[in-house]
Amino acid sequence: MTFLLKPKLHHPNLPTNALGLTRRDYEGSVSTLCAGCGHDSISAAIVHACFEMSLQPHRIAKMSGIGCSSKTPTYFLGASHGFNSVHGRMPSVLTGANLANKDLIYLGVSGDGDSASIGLGQFAHSIRRGVNMVYIVENNGVYGLTKGQFSATADRGAKSKRGVMNSDEAIDMVSMAMQLGATFVARSFSGDKAQLVPLIQAAISHQGAAFIDCISPCVAFNNHEGSTKSFDYVRAHNDAVNSLDVITGRDEIIVDYAPGTLEMVKQHDGSVLALRKLAADYDVHDRIAAQAWLSGRHAKGEIATGLLYVDLDPVDLHASLRTVDTPLNELDETVLCPGAAMLDRINASLR
Amino acid sequence: MQATDLRDPEYFHKVVDCQHACPAHTPVPEYIRLIADRKYADAYMINWKSNVFPGVLGRTCDRPCEPACRRGRVEDEPVAICRLKRVAADNKGDITGRMPRPAKTKNGRRIAMVGAGPASLTVARDLAPLGYDITVFDRDSRGGGMIRSQIPKFRLPEEVIDEEVGFIEGLGITTKYGISIDSLKSLMADGYDAVFVGTGAPRGRSLELPGRAEGAANIHIGIDWLSSVSFGHIEKIGRRVIVLGGGNTAMDCCRTARRLGGADVKVIVRSGFEEMKASPWEKDDAMREDIPIMNFLVPKSFVVEGGKLTGMTFEKVQAEYDAKGRRNLVPTGELDTYVECDDVLVAVGQENSFPWIEKDIGLEFDRWGMPVVNETTFQSTQPKVFFGGDAAFGPKNIIWAVAHGHQAAISIHKFCQGEDIAERPAPGVTLTSQKMGIHEWSYDNDISNDQRFAVPHRDKAEALADIKAEVELGYDEKLAFAEAQRCLNCDVQTVFAEPLCIECDACVDICPVDCISFTGNDDEAVLRTHLEAPAHNLTQDLYVSLPLKTGRIMAKDEDVCLHCGLCAERCPTGAWDMQRFIYDLTQAGGASCSR
Ligand SMILES: Cc1cc2nc3c(=O)[nH]c(=O)nc-3n(C[C@H](O)[C@H](O)[C@H](O)COP(=O)(O)OP(=O)(O)OC[C@H]3O[C@@H](n4cnc5c(N)ncnc54)[C@H](O)[C@@H]3O)c2cc1C
Ligand SMILES: Cc1ncc(C[n+]2csc(CCOP(=O)(O)OP(=O)(O)O)c2C)c(N)n1
Ligand code: SF4
Ligand code: SF4
Ligand code: SF4
Ligand SMILES: [Mg+2]
Repeated sequence: MTFLLKPKLHHPNLPTNALGLTRRDYEGSVSTLCAGCGHDSISAAIVHACFEMSLQPHRIAKMSGIGCSSKTPTYFLGASHGFNSVHGRMPSVLTGANLANKDLIYLGVSGDGDSASIGLGQFAHSIRRGVNMVYIVENNGVYGLTKGQFSATADRGAKSKRGVMNSDEAIDMVSMAMQLGATFVARSFSGDKAQLVPLIQAAISHQGAAFIDCISPCVAFNNHEGSTKSFDYVRAHNDAVNSLDVITGRDEIIVDYAPGTLEMVKQHDGSVLALRKLAADYDVHDRIAAQAWLSGRHAKGEIATGLLYVDLDPVDLHASLRTVDTPLNELDETVLCPGAAMLDRINASLR
Repeated sequence: MQATDLRDPEYFHKVVDCQHACPAHTPVPEYIRLIADRKYADAYMINWKSNVFPGVLGRTCDRPCEPACRRGRVEDEPVAICRLKRVAADNKGDITGRMPRPAKTKNGRRIAMVGAGPASLTVARDLAPLGYDITVFDRDSRGGGMIRSQIPKFRLPEEVIDEEVGFIEGLGITTKYGISIDSLKSLMADGYDAVFVGTGAPRGRSLELPGRAEGAANIHIGIDWLSSVSFGHIEKIGRRVIVLGGGNTAMDCCRTARRLGGADVKVIVRSGFEEMKASPWEKDDAMREDIPIMNFLVPKSFVVEGGKLTGMTFEKVQAEYDAKGRRNLVPTGELDTYVECDDVLVAVGQENSFPWIEKDIGLEFDRWGMPVVNETTFQSTQPKVFFGGDAAFGPKNIIWAVAHGHQAAISIHKFCQGEDIAERPAPGVTLTSQKMGIHEWSYDNDISNDQRFAVPHRDKAEALADIKAEVELGYDEKLAFAEAQRCLNCDVQTVFAEPLCIECDACVDICPVDCISFTGNDDEAVLRTHLEAPAHNLTQDLYVSLPLKTGRIMAKDEDVCLHCGLCAERCPTGAWDMQRFIYDLTQAGGASCSR
């Protein structure tokens, strides 16, 4: 961390986006996390993604739980809405907010402790309900904020900083998300912005439950030899299935890859995902095959990253509930409370 | 691209833009920090050692450092380096105890200096403490050269000159003022071991146009007129004055005329306003004193009626550019302009003149009448004779005269010791970590967001009423502190240690100006295009590391680095460190120029 505010001065050629904003306009206050924390890189990736997509900061809501990871929304998108909930409750609070105002972009930011331990049930239900959101788990394999106890995503056999072995089986949140019906599932690494930024952009454009498991080394408690979430370990075992470019409506589509290796995936909102295959026989649309692939890689000790699964026809919670088009928070009392006569009619219809 | 070799002292020297641009390589950020600390005497001494005339230069320097200042690339205006120097001089208190003493024993070598301008005085300052027996000649009655004879007192008070010229005169040198040297041959015959020629460029150009002879009584050569004013021989001028020329001399002429009775003073230039040679701040100062600058007017004739100058005619021109982009001034074809006046001041350039140097003493002149002088050693083709200042390569300015003086002093010293003068002493360089604690540095790394502070001026009416009243009042301590805080401490360098870096990106993410990139290596030209922010400023280097674990390199664009140290604060492994780089230009006798 640093105690100084980041100076206002910026590069003289700092680009602006369609809204006339610079990347710096998407930053938050200065991070108080440990120097070198992977979470800070993820914050920077979110800043990059939102800037490049020219998102209006005030149309974004950042929701989080408790943990170092859950503190990060303070450090990006300073002009957006934010809610720091209690431990493990981010998914429910986000679901509620989304029901009340479906027009905002929801960024759920959580940790492996927040989402795989105390919040596991909340995580599961928000995914299976198909809440339209980006759910990012900043996964460091430990409870960083409480000084580095193993979390539920720590691999069996991984060693703590003091040399103690983890004997419990790890929860793989990617597999769970797929199994629970997430319509967009990806895994990435905080140390690889080239991969992470487009994945965040694609997840934001995805109109359903989008889940990103982002491995994010904890430099203070989990970046040592014997850890499976360290910079060195992840770099050595990273096995990307594809790489991605997100082409929004404004950009011209230029394809410069060898034929057969590039797949253009059009999402509902009009954005196009240009997917360059790195693993030739990997199909991002086949959930069952993807799950098998993931277990295969996991058994070999490899970490599969990239866009792992996408459903081009997501159904979100509002569609399932058939809510009205107008966000509920914009409906006035006369619509929301149609009065005693209406209640009588409804009751009568149920008798 | 090759990894950067930090053992080359020039690498980090170039990063300290101001110091690099200063001809005397004054350690600017070092003295600015001392000013912020209110250690004015220390700040003064650092300046004094490097540039010899801090009080003078803090008011008059041409400031090549300021256009080079990094702050000017991240904001509208550079740090007011020059006017901060003045603050050190104004507040230094009594520093006589810190001045070198006259040498106790002489080394038996006698050196003559012709001219007592800044070039000669610098040579004298550097050599006197080493025991040289120095005699300085000047035809003026007092020392200082054009600092005294030309620069108007409302820009540079006499006491400031007296004090700083006095420091040198107090080093046990002999001054022979009021003596014009008219033969180099006979001077050399006096048996000097070496002669330094610092006679400046003393001749003002005239303008031969119809009416010149008839109107002569009211047509004055600018620099002659200014020195007559300086020495009190002229105290008045006509009500309507035309000043011809667009350089700094013209600016001094017009402002002086405003104080000697010139109510209607105009500057008239051939070129466009933008191309004028005068520094922008000199033009501003003139216009602030209600002096209009009329451009694209080529002088055609002096109009004299009844034996008295009544005005001048000018041809109207415009700038046209030929295929090669060269500018030509071509007549517009409009009627000539007639401007009425009582006096004309001609400030259209200065020339060297060496009528007193014989042609048969082995001292070669080129076809423009300039002595052939080595640009590094300042030696002429007559080994015992050295040149410096305006006399060496034509009119420049004070700080160049000082820089020449230092180098000539080194040469004269080596020459007298029988050493090879072509071999120049290396600068003294050190690099020291500034880390005091986890987020503590021994310099203030919090970046000020303030814009440049203006120097307060004396009330205009009051200033115009008294030719000796200094116009600029200087920064007070508060303003000086605030302005000093704008300095980015460019001498505190970002130093990268490859083996420590874990490529976590923390430094990339925090850097406020997108200096740092981790990327595949490539040729410099290509590398410059695929950094976090493209590095278009080719005058600024890329700092490139050896390959890292992932095979990538760290590439840092030095261009707009704020030296804020946030990269080093964010680095979990200490791969970045902030280290103060000291670059000491070595002076005669091995003395380093600062601290
Ligand atoms: C009007 C005007 C304003 C200026 N303002 C500035 C300014 O604001 N800032 C700046 O940096 N520069 C300024 N300059 C330029 C600056 O004054 C000179 O570049 C600088 O003084 C040159 O120093 P020097 O030591 O080479 O010689 P000079 O300062 O020119 O000194 C030469 C001395 O040699 C003496 N001399 C010459 N021939 C003989 C001889 N044969 N015998 C004995 N003595 C002799 C002269 O009397 C003179 O005193 C200005 C110049 C002019 C004309
Ligand atoms: C209800 C409750 N139980 C326990 C805690 C203590 N606690 C704070 S943060 C945390 C774990 C955070 O881990 P993770 O979500 O992985 O975040 P990280 O700090 O690793 O980013 C725990 C258990 C708490 N704040 N609230
Ligand atoms: S910011 Fe300070 S150190 Fe940097 S170039 Fe300007 S004056 Fe020199
Ligand atoms: S000191 Fe470091 S963080 Fe600050 S501007 Fe320079 S490279 Fe960037
Ligand atoms: S912060 Fe330090 S360890 Fe991290 S990338 Fe920068 S230099 Fe390397
Ligand atoms: Mg964690």
